[in-house]
Amino acid sequence: MTRRPPEPVHLIRHRRDRALSALVEGVPYIGFMGIGFDRRGDELTAVLTYDDKLIGNPLLPAIHGGVTASFLEVSAIMELSFQMLWDEIESGRLDVEALRPETLPRLPKTIDFTVDYLRSGLPRDAYARARVNRSGRRYASVHVEAWQDNRHRLFAQATGHFLMPLRDGTAE
Amino acid sequence: MWGEKRTERMAAEMADNGGRADAGGADIARIARQFIEAIPFSQALGMRLDEIGDGVAVISMPYDAALVGDPRTGVIHGGAVSALMDTCGGAAVMCHPEALAATATIDIRIDYMRPARAGERITARATCYHVTRSVAFVRAEAWDEDETRPVAAATGAFTVQRETPQGGTP
Repeated sequence: MTRRPPEPVHLIRHRRDRALSALVEGVPYIGFMGIGFDRRGDELTAVLTYDDKLIGNPLLPAIHGGVTASFLEVSAIMELSFQMLWDEIESGRLDVEALRPETLPRLPKTIDFTVDYLRSGLPRDAYARARVNRSGRRYASVHVEAWQDNRHRLFAQATGHFLMPLRDGTAE
Repeated sequence: MWGEKRTERMAAEMADNGGRADAGGADIARIARQFIEAIPFSQALGMRLDEIGDGVAVISMPYDAALVGDPRTGVIHGGAVSALMDTCGGAAVMCHPEALAATATIDIRIDYMRPARAGERITARATCYHVTRSVAFVRAEAWDEDETRPVAAATGAFTVQRETPQGGTP
């Protein structure tokens, strides 16, 4: 019995990282906010690097509620997009070398987004992880949690519903 | 998101102004304007306070390529629209005659009805339509230059921190 040898790890890693960075770099607002992503296998952690421009209340100081909302929404869309593309990345069907902002697959579109502010955002880095609770052909429901110093002390959480792009190439 | 210390600061400002908790609408609006125009993230997004008073605020934001969420269409990211809605909602609470003082967002839900057109200014209008002892309820809508079709709608609950917790206002 013959088996295909496993793919070299550096190729797998390169394909996953290349796809993720193409998704991230394709969206100007992610760069404007200073959001990056850590990847472990298919698990993504969004990282918001603190900057003075993110402040919403200079007297506390605390980060702006709109920053928190944006961070959570960016995390949710990226998790959903990465998961949507995962099988194509793994199989090599997605040509990651050809990915440019113009050739990026269409991203999910937000239908609605509800943010729950649990405590004020401190002027330091923040982290978020999203979980896709339901992902159908057309609609998806995603929950996101954000924290700062302590993983179990969330400062915000959100739930959003998204319209998934049609993947046969026709426009949504 | 809005903070607690603002209560003291606003109280101090009002004292400077010879005002009190029942300061006139014009004073409330003036003080609210000072706070809103000093918010770093709102400045980073280029927000402009167009109208404020009596529980209603109008804030707008210019189109900026740095805020794009969809590179193919040039549509502004939903997060930037959320930031505009949140700021506008907070402003509406701050200028409400009964709410006064500080506020923080408890929760906000945004419905994205259609993409804002690339290149156009986005304007949000928020109304603080009900205030209890500790909660302010807000509705908001946002438009691009087509004022007949909103791009987004929001509802939110905000905290109300009164100047004197045991004070006379029920």
